[in-house]
Order: sequence, then structure tokens, then C-alpha cells
Amino acid sequence: MEKMSGARSLMVALEKEGVELVFGLPGGANLPMYDELYKSNIRHILVRHEQSAAHMADGFGRVSRRPGVCFATSGPGATNIVTGIATAQADSAPMIAVTGQVPSKMIGRDAFQESDIIGISNPIVKYAFQPQDPAEIPEIVKKAFYISSTGRPGPVLIDIPKDVQQNEAEMNFPENIKIRGYHPWVDPDIREIERAIEMLLSAERPIILAGGGVIISGAFAELQSIAELLMIPVVTTFKGKGSFPENHPLSLGPIGMHGHAEANKMMVEADCVLAAGSRFSDRSVGTFEEFEKRLKIIHMDVDPAEIGKNQTTNVAVVGDVKASLRIMVKMLIQKAIKKNGDYPWLKRVKETKEYFKENLKIPDHPLAAAKVLRKLREVLPHQSIVTTEVGQHQMWASLFFDVIQPGTFFSSTGLGTMGWGFPAAIGAKAAKPGVPVLDIAGEGSFNMTENSLAVSVLDNLPVIVFVMNNFSLGMVAQWQRTFYNRRMIGIDLKNCPDYVKVAEAYGAQGIRAQSVEEVGNAVKTALKSDVATVIDIPIDPEEDVLPFVAPGTPLKDMILPS
Amino acid sequence: MWAILSVLVENKPGVLFKVTNLFRARNFNIDSISVGVTENPEFSRMTITTIGDEKQIAQIMKQLDKMIDTIEVKRLDEKMSVYRELVLMKIKVSKPSESMEIMNLANAFQCKVHDVRKSSIMIEITATPDRIDAFEELVKGYGILEIARTGICALPRGGVDEG
Repeated sequence: MEKMSGARSLMVALEKEGVELVFGLPGGANLPMYDELYKSNIRHILVRHEQSAAHMADGFGRVSRRPGVCFATSGPGATNIVTGIATAQADSAPMIAVTGQVPSKMIGRDAFQESDIIGISNPIVKYAFQPQDPAEIPEIVKKAFYISSTGRPGPVLIDIPKDVQQNEAEMNFPENIKIRGYHPWVDPDIREIERAIEMLLSAERPIILAGGGVIISGAFAELQSIAELLMIPVVTTFKGKGSFPENHPLSLGPIGMHGHAEANKMMVEADCVLAAGSRFSDRSVGTFEEFEKRLKIIHMDVDPAEIGKNQTTNVAVVGDVKASLRIMVKMLIQKAIKKNGDYPWLKRVKETKEYFKENLKIPDHPLAAAKVLRKLREVLPHQSIVTTEVGQHQMWASLFFDVIQPGTFFSSTGLGTMGWGFPAAIGAKAAKPGVPVLDIAGEGSFNMTENSLAVSVLDNLPVIVFVMNNFSLGMVAQWQRTFYNRRMIGIDLKNCPDYVKVAEAYGAQGIRAQSVEEVGNAVKTALKSDVATVIDIPIDPEEDVLPFVAPGTPLKDMILPS
Repeated sequence: MWAILSVLVENKPGVLFKVTNLFRARNFNIDSISVGVTENPEFSRMTITTIGDEKQIAQIMKQLDKMIDTIEVKRLDEKMSVYRELVLMKIKVSKPSESMEIMNLANAFQCKVHDVRKSSIMIEITATPDRIDAFEELVKGYGILEIARTGICALPRGGVDEG
């Protein structure tokens, strides 16, 4: 027991959790925290907008697989992180958001910079705490990290009234905590895994659908073993992109609205799917009914509420995906099950893959997305971490940028938050300073959080922003061209601002690349740079993302480039 | 389909908000909800009646169970449970003879009569919802001035382990 202020106990508790840096922005209601942050060994990264602090913490969390931490003040500071919290929740990313709150006595009186962030954030957090007494803080922090990082990870909010930060109490830092209503560790049911194996072995056309859960639990080796032992082709969800090396002979890439043609085609022809760590989002499966009508579904997920939410399943394995897959691998090895790859379905898969490789039309434009992104893959080291923004460039990345080393690709896939990729890349760089980090961006998204260039430059977290600039909100433009008879409105960004100058204004490096060769050279230059680099690539504003499965239609109705 | 859910939760501020907000956010229905502290003051029991198909009710239960402040979620079998609702009903009395009629009906339904005035009678009925509906139907003709219902409150029959 030691007497200290609530704010001091927060720093001690964070240090005990191994926190070395926080992303944030101070204000009236969190000044006591900042005063203790000043005295602590924790590094502070000053953002230019709280939303970016949340995205940085999110990027840090996804890459390091432990919660990133962001700080914001009360009122607008707290509401500014809401989008960041919702993004982390939608993609099951571990994050701790600590907000200042007006003093306890002022709560409910519409005080200056008061917002009910507990109420506002309720549907988008895994849990939220508001200590009423400073003595509660050590245990709350311990619980927050435990809840955020276990089971299906997610954001946890700690909202601390200013007086609770300031007041002193005898502090007890617990080593262990227990939460009665929270049981993140479920042992996978062995019998269900046995049934899953039987079902996969008796299927004629089995397929594996790997989701984000494989990446979150780091089940890359287990997934690959199962695919290779059973010789089953692997498709992924978009969030699961890069859970399986995309240059592997059994890899077909992501399915979904902008999935790979061969992946969607084979998903449609399959008769049995092993879905590992996927929540069957509408963007992945097209229509739910069509999917379950055709397929035997084996569903593995750590979250019991995902079983049967969107798809009726035949076999359900609740538990950590890595643990479940590991048991499956063991069983296959024990039973000496090793299939060879000469069965008709795999032959069909190979032919389909070959067919689309040769016949999928790439536009003639010299800076067609496929050409630009394949060049990027050629020059970017495989261990580099890649984030994306949201829009056409993101879907092109899904189609044309192969992830070779598992767990190196991250995107706002669930909420679809424009402006996520750049701050998340900075967070990723903070988590892994030794590897290159690149944000595949569109200029529309980059606009939203480009002021994080100041953070990248000043805090020595150099990342590369790869701007596929089509001078418009390209995905909206594509939908207006496709579904609204070319009535184009609200999409023209008119080549403003000049991104080379923007980069330079922040003390970063700006390069304009006007050919595929220049793109390659720009990335090489950026990789050698000590500061952030923005590469501005003027692409064709008329290029559509194809293939395309229109919303609400089944995967089989995929539109191919003509 | 109608389902009675018995949900044991942490007795803390904000838990009721989280539960009702979950129903709203996921587009589930709350038919009735009643909440009160249990024999252990650390817990509250919520009795929620809801309407949905089997799949929806299973999903509601899973989402409730996922909440960290929830200790236990049970679906009660109507036949194996005792479930009751308490209703206070103010009924209009237009002529003196009606007063007697209403009290006779109240007697037949084992109601308590609380507040007898010249122009109204307040009745308390504790029963299953179908019985309450039947009573309401019978007295509707006199004119119902005001109603307050508690929502259903339920427990499974038998000992804790037998349930």
C-alpha cells in the first residue's frame, strides 16, 4: 500500500502493464494525468487530433497484439476518439482509451467540456469504466488490459473525473483479478473438431475460409499445416487477407464484394467450408441465405455470439482459433491423415486460378492500379507492414497486392474508416520500428488525417504514404457510375491540395511518381529515408475496381472486367 | 415466439442501460422487463420477456451472455416456471351498481381492491399475463382510466440444482 494521487496510480498501473508510450492530446480535464505522465517514464506522442490518437493506438495494438493506449480530455476530446473506438471494436483490435472527465460534482450539470462518454461509447466498447474513487484505479487498469486483450479483443474506455485523478488514496496494485461475468478462455470441444475433420474428409469440394481471427490469434502455422495436410484451397475474408501466404499454391486470396475472381468462383463451387475466425460479414459472403443453402459450414470462433449470428452452421467450434486449429493439426497427424493433391477439385481450383491469371483484363492505362500495386509488391520487402485507407485503393490492394508474410497487412475492414490507415501506420511503426511501414492510401482518405504528418516527422516515426490519387472520392464515383447512371455529385476533389507540397510543408519528403518505373524508384527512395515520405501517384480517375459483387447479391453474380 | 429470459447481472449503476441499449442496437424486442436486487446484494435479476424466432432468441441470449456484467442468462420454460405480473388498474364507476359488479369480478380473479371512490375503483391483480388480459377484457366496458404494469417476474420451479 502506498498513498498517491489517482493520476499517479494510473501511470504506475500503466507501467506495470508494460506500457511504454501513449498517443494523446491534453486538455483541462486530463491535466492531472499529464502532470504525472511528465514525471513517468512513459513516452508521449502528441497528436494533432484525438481521432488519430485512437487510430495510432489501434495500429499499435494490431501489430504488437497488446493494447495500444490513447489519452484524450473530456467533452470534444472524448467525442473525437469515438470513431477510433468504433473502428477498433469493429475489427476486434485491443485498445485502451483513457479520457479525462469533468469533476464528479460537475457531472450531470452540463459543465464546460462535459460529455457523457460512458453513455456515448456504450455500444462500441468492449467495456467502460468510470472510477468514483482514486483507490479503484489500479484494479480498473488491470481489468481493462485483461478485458481488452483476451478472448475477442476490443477497445476498453477508462473515463476518470478530474477530482478522482487529483485526490489521493492508499493504492493497492493487484497481481491477479477476477471478473465474474467474463470467461474469455473456452476449451475447444474435441468432439466438434473430430466432426469437423470427418466433414472435411467426406467433402468433395472443401475450402478453408480464413478470417481476421487467424491473424489476431497468430494461427498462421496451424492454418498452413491444415491446408497442406488436407490439400484444401484457402480463401480469406478481406480482414483475413494475409493470414495465409498469398503466393502459396493453395492460396486463392480474399472473397467478397471485391474478392479475387478465382476466390469467389471457388467459394461458390465448394460444398464444405471451414471458416476459421470469420464472422461472415455481408461484404464477404454477399447474401447469407445463398451461402448456407449450398454449403456445409464448420465455424470456428472465439466469440460464441458469432456462431449462428449470420450463418447457420453444421459444426461449431467455440474457442481460440489458434488453439482449435492446433488440436486439429494434432489429430490429423495422430491419425496419419495426409491427402495428396491429385483429386479433381484441386485440379479444378488450379485451372481456375490459371484461367483468371491469364484472362483477367488489366486496363491499358500506364498507371492502372494493378500495375502500380504489383510494382509496389516487387520493391517493398516482405516483412514490411502495410496498412490501407478506405476506398478503391483499399480494394485494389486486396486484389493486386499479395501479402507474402502472414500478419503484415492491416485495414479498417469492419467500420471502413477513411483516414485510419496513416495514423495506424504511425502506431504500427511505434510498435515495430525496425520494419518499413507503408500506408496504401487514396487522397480522399489521406486528407482526413494528413495532419499526422507532423507526428510522423517530429516523433521520428517515418512511414510511407502511397497515395493512389484519382482526384476524387473514387469508390463513391464508381457507385455513381454503376448504380446512379453517372449522375456524379460530391466526389470531385479537384487535385487539391498538392501532396508533394503538403509533405514538404510538414518537413516530410514528397515525391510525385508518374510512371510505374517512377513508382518503384519512389518507394526505394522512401525506404532509405529518415523522414516520412508521401508518394503522390496520379492514377486514372475513371478506373473501376473489378471484379465486383454488387451489394445484396450472391457471389456467383460477380461482375468481371470486360 | 414469446420467451421469458432470466438474467442475473452485477448490481451496478449503468447495467440496466447496457442491457436495454443492447436490445435497441441489435434490433431485438423487449416486451417487458423487471429488475430487482437478489438474495445476494451484489446481483440483480432481470426478467425480460421478448418476442422473436428461435434463431433471434438464441442470438439475444448469446449477446446478453457476452456482456461482461452478465453472470448468467437462462431461458425459462413456461411450464416449469412460476411467472407473474402485478398490475394496478383504475376502473371508472359510472353508476353505483357498477361498483359492486367490478368488485365481484375482482373477487373472482383474486384481485385486491385498494381505493374505492364514487367514480373509480383501483384494483391490484397479480397473475399470468393471459389472466390479466382476460380480466382487462372483462372490465374494459366500464372504462379503464389508468393502468400501471410491473412487467413479468419469474423463477424456475424446484431447487436451484433441480432447475
